[in-house]
Amino acid sequence: MINMKILQNRDSFLKTQVLIIGGGVTGTGLARDLGLRGISSILVEKQDINAGASGGNHGLLHSGARYAASDSEAAAECREEGELLKKLAPQCIEDTGGLFVAVKGDNENYTADFPGMCEKSGIKADFIDIAEVLEMEPLLSPDIIAAYQVSDASIDPFMLSLDNISHARDLGAVLMRYTKLESFNIENKKIKTALVRNTVTGQETIIEPEQVVSAAGAWAGIVAGLAGIKLDLVCSMGTLLVTQSRLAKKVINRLRKASDADILVPGGTVSILGTTSVRIDDPDKCRPTIPETDYIIEQGAAMIPALETTQYIRAYSGVRPLTGSSSGDDRNVSRGFALIDHAKDRVENLTTISGGKLTTFRLMAEKTADLICRKMGISKTCTTRTVPLPGSKEGRWTAPGLAPRMWMTGHKSDDIILCECEMVSKGIIDNIIKSCRQQGEVPTLKTVGIRSRIGKGPCQGGFCSARIAAHMYDREEFSGKKGLNELREFLNERWRGKHPVLWGLPLEQAELQEALHCGFFGLEL
Amino acid sequence: MKKTIINCDLLIIGTGMAGMAASVFAANRGLSAVNAGQSGEINFASGFLDLMGVFPVQDKKQWENPWEAVDALVKEMPEHPYAKISGKEISLAFDEFTDFLYQSGVPYAGYPDKNIQMLTPVGTFKPTFRVPNSMFKGIQAYKEKNQCLIADFRGMKGFSGRQLVEVLGDKWPGLRNIRIDLPGLKGEAYPKHLARSMENMETRQSLIKLLKPHIKEEKSVGFPAIMGLCKTLEVISHLEQELGVEVFEIAVMPPSVAGSRIWTAYQTGILKKGVNVLFQKQVLSFEQSETGELIFDIGQREKELRVQAKGAVLASGRFFGKGLYADRKMIRESIFNLPVFQPESRCRWHENNFLSPKGHKLNQAGIETDEFFRPLDSSGRPAYKNLFAAGSILAHQDWTRMKCGSGLAIASAFKAVNSFIQELP
Ligand SMILES: Cc1cc2nc3c(=O)[nH]c(=O)nc-3n(C[C@H](O)[C@H](O)[C@H](O)COP(=O)(O)OP(=O)(O)OC[C@H]3O[C@@H](n4cnc5c(N)ncnc54)[C@H](O)[C@@H]3O)c2cc1C
Repeated sequence: MINMKILQNRDSFLKTQVLIIGGGVTGTGLARDLGLRGISSILVEKQDINAGASGGNHGLLHSGARYAASDSEAAAECREEGELLKKLAPQCIEDTGGLFVAVKGDNENYTADFPGMCEKSGIKADFIDIAEVLEMEPLLSPDIIAAYQVSDASIDPFMLSLDNISHARDLGAVLMRYTKLESFNIENKKIKTALVRNTVTGQETIIEPEQVVSAAGAWAGIVAGLAGIKLDLVCSMGTLLVTQSRLAKKVINRLRKASDADILVPGGTVSILGTTSVRIDDPDKCRPTIPETDYIIEQGAAMIPALETTQYIRAYSGVRPLTGSSSGDDRNVSRGFALIDHAKDRVENLTTISGGKLTTFRLMAEKTADLICRKMGISKTCTTRTVPLPGSKEGRWTAPGLAPRMWMTGHKSDDIILCECEMVSKGIIDNIIKSCRQQGEVPTLKTVGIRSRIGKGPCQGGFCSARIAAHMYDREEFSGKKGLNELREFLNERWRGKHPVLWGLPLEQAELQEALHCGFFGLEL
Repeated sequence: MKKTIINCDLLIIGTGMAGMAASVFAANRGLSAVNAGQSGEINFASGFLDLMGVFPVQDKKQWENPWEAVDALVKEMPEHPYAKISGKEISLAFDEFTDFLYQSGVPYAGYPDKNIQMLTPVGTFKPTFRVPNSMFKGIQAYKEKNQCLIADFRGMKGFSGRQLVEVLGDKWPGLRNIRIDLPGLKGEAYPKHLARSMENMETRQSLIKLLKPHIKEEKSVGFPAIMGLCKTLEVISHLEQELGVEVFEIAVMPPSVAGSRIWTAYQTGILKKGVNVLFQKQVLSFEQSETGELIFDIGQREKELRVQAKGAVLASGRFFGKGLYADRKMIRESIFNLPVFQPESRCRWHENNFLSPKGHKLNQAGIETDEFFRPLDSSGRPAYKNLFAAGSILAHQDWTRMKCGSGLAIASAFKAVNSFIQELP
C-alpha cells in the first residue's frame, strides 16, 4: 500500500546529463558553464537561490591582497578572477577600490612585509600617505599608522547568481527550487538515479543523470554521506552587520593577519562589517548572536570609530565549508577550493566542488566542468573566460537604489509604492510574480523578498510585508489563510537578522512592528 | 530671547493615549493643565480601545470577560500596573474618557462586561473592549453570518477585500468582495484623502451608483475605515439610506483614519476644556525648584518656553514614543533619568522568534512605581512626591500581547491624576 502511494506521488521522472546539487554561486555558475558547452543540466536547490554561503557573505570581490601572506596561490586566483569579473559581469560589481590600513598596536613587521607579499602573487598594493587616506575616507581612525591601496571591489551576490541561472536556463538548464536531494540509488559503483523531493508540496521526482556534481557548499559532507562517502569538512560560521547608511567609499581592510571583524565593504547605500569565524556542527543552525554582534562592533571600531555609534539595520551569517582541516584556526585552512572526483571513493560519476570564494566561483565552475567533460569523454572547452555574463530581468530588482530610479523615470500613475523604504512598487512585485509563474514556480512572500529589496530597508518589512500579502491576495496568488501564514514566516525570518541589532532607532522600529503585528493584528495568537 | 513662563497645576508629558486621557481627567477635575508632546504615535493606532484580552500570554488564553481577565492577571502578576487600580476605577476611567470622545464627535461602542472579537484588516480577530461606533455593526453581521459585501478601493494599499473573504471564507460563507474604482481617483488613494472625499456628496453619489447594482442578497456592506474624517456617522447613514443595507467600517493598517479621528477629537475637545496644549513640542530639560515645584524647558528643538508645575504626569511612552531610550548596553528613561526595570543584558531582551508565544522580556521593562503611580528612585522610594507615570512606559506589562494598551493608559492616567490631587495641599 505504502509503496503504491509513493509511486503515485512520484509522478515525474527526468533524465539529464548532469545533476547539480546546490543553487549557490558555484552551482549556478556551473550550470551556465555547462550550458555554454552544450551540456544539459538540472540544478536542484533545497531552498532558494543563494540560500547558503552565497547569500550570507561579505560581497567583497577580493583583489587577493587579503590572502597574500597566508596563501599565495589563492591570492593569485582571486586577483585573476577579480579582474576577469570586472570585465565580464560589470552589472554585478561596483568597482570601489580598496584600502589596507594598520592602526596603532598592529604588527609593524607585517605592515612592512605586506607590499612584498602582494607582489609575489602579482597584486598591486600602493603605499599612500596617511593624510591622503584620511581625506579619502574621513571616518578612518586618526590612529592609522600605515595604508595601502588595492583593487578590491564590491559585488552583489544575488544578482550574480540570478544572472548566472538565468543565462543557464536560456541555454537549456532546468532549475528546481525548494527541491532537496534525498537519496542516491547506486548500482555498480555509479549513481543510477537520485531521488529529490519538493520541500513545499512534498512531491518526489526521480532523476537519472550521467554525472552528479555536489556544489552543496557547507552541506557537501551531508550530500557525500548520501553516497556513503565521508568528507573531511568542517563548518565555520561567519557573521556580518549591515549599517543603516554607507560609511566609506572603498572597501576597508585591516592590515593585519586575517582576523575577526576587520573588513568593511560598501554595498550600494549601506556598508557591511565582518566577519567572525565560529565552528558549528550543523550548517542549518547558523544564526547571528548578540555577543558576536557586540564583539564585531568593538573590533571594527579600532579601524573606524564611527562603527561604535552608527545604526545597524541587520545582522546575518553564512557558513564556510572548510576542507582538509581537523584542528587549529579555521582561517589557516586554505580558502582555495577542493575539487574531488569520487571515483577514488568507488562512486564513479560523483564529483564534489567545495570551498573557495565567491570571487573564484567562475574558475571553480570551469575546473569542475573540465573534469565532467573528461569523465564524459566530451571535448568542449570553457568559454566563460570570454563570454560576458548577460544581465537578467530576474537579478535587477536586488540592486539597492534601482527600484526608485525605475519608478521615478518610468512609472505609470497607478503603479503604487508598496515598500516605501526601498521604493518597491506593485509593478515590480507583479513582474517578479510573473517571472516566477513563467518558470512554473509558485511565488511566495519569501520569493518576492529574495528577488527585491522588500524588507531590506530601515523598517525591515514591518509595513510592506502586510501590504504585499494583501496585494498577492488581490492577484489571487494566495487563497485561504496561506497569505497570513506566509506573513508570519516572513516576519520571523526577518527577525533573525534584526534581533541582534535592536537598540536605538531599529528598536523603535521593532516596537512599532510588534504593536502592529501583535498589538493590532494579533498574529501571534 | 525672553522665554515665556507658564505656571500650572499639572504638566502632562506625552500626547499618546495616556497623555490625552490624563489631560482630560485633569481638566474635568478643574486643574490648570498643560499638555506637551509630539503627536505621531496616534496615527498608528487601530482605533480599538483594549482593556484586557489575553492572559497568560504563553497559553494564548483569550478572555470573554475582561474584568475576570484583570482579576486572573493581578492574582498571578501582582507587579502588573493593573494591580494598583481597582476594577471600579478602571471602569470609571473608561467611561469618563469615552464620554469625552463622544462629546467630541467620536462615539465608541461595546458591551458592558464583555470583550469584542474585532475583525482586523488582515482577517484575524482580536479581543478588544470598545470600538468606534462605525465598526460595531460589523460584529453583528459576522455573528449572524449574513450575506455581506466587502468593498475596497482601487489604489488603496494594504486593504484587500479578497483577502478578508479568503481568510474568513470557511467561517462566513456569505461574504463577497468588490473593488470600487472611483472616478477621478488616479494613482494612490491615501486613507486620509479618501476619507475627506467621502464627506463630499458627489463622491458618495458615484460610490452609490457603482455599488448599488452589486447588492443583491446582501444585508450589509463593510468598507475600510475611510468613511469620512469627522462626519463619519453622517456619511454612513447617508450610504445606508441609499443602499438600503447596513454599512460598517473595518479597521485599516496605519496610518489610519481611526487614529486621526481620535486625535482631531482630542485637539478640539481639550481646547474647549481650557487645557494649554503645546503640540509638537518636547520636554528638553528638567529641574526642581526649592519649593519642590517641577520646572521644564520645552520646545521643538531649542528651548522655547518654561513650564513651572505643581506636579507632572510622565506619559512619554516607550521607545517609539521616546520615553525610553536604549543603547547597546542598557535602557534609560529620557527626561528624569529614572531607574528603568530591565533584563540584565541585551541577550535577554528579545526571544529568537518574533512571534514567540512567551512575548519578549524587553516589553516588561519600564518604570516601576508606588501604589499612587509615583516612579521610584534607585532606593525604591518615590523619586519626587509630585511626579506620576502613566501608560506604556510602566514596567511589568506587555500590552501588545495582553491586549491591554488603551486600558492601561486610560486607567493609569486616571489614578495618576487622582493621586496628584490628593497630594495637593
Ligand atoms: C561569512 C562569509 C563571508 C564571505 N565573504 C566572502 C567575500 O567577501 N568574498 C568572497 O569572494 N567570498 C566570500 N565568502 C565565500 C563565499 O561566500 C563562498 O565561497 C561561496 O558563496 C560558496 O558558494 P557555493 O555555491 O559553493 O555554496 P553555497 O552558496 O553554500 O551553496 C550551497 C547550496 O546547496 C544547497 N543544498 C545543500 N544541500 C542540498 C540538498 N541536499 N539538496 C539540494 N540543495 C542542497 C544549499 O541550500 C545551498 O544553497 C564568504 C563566506 C562566508 C561564510
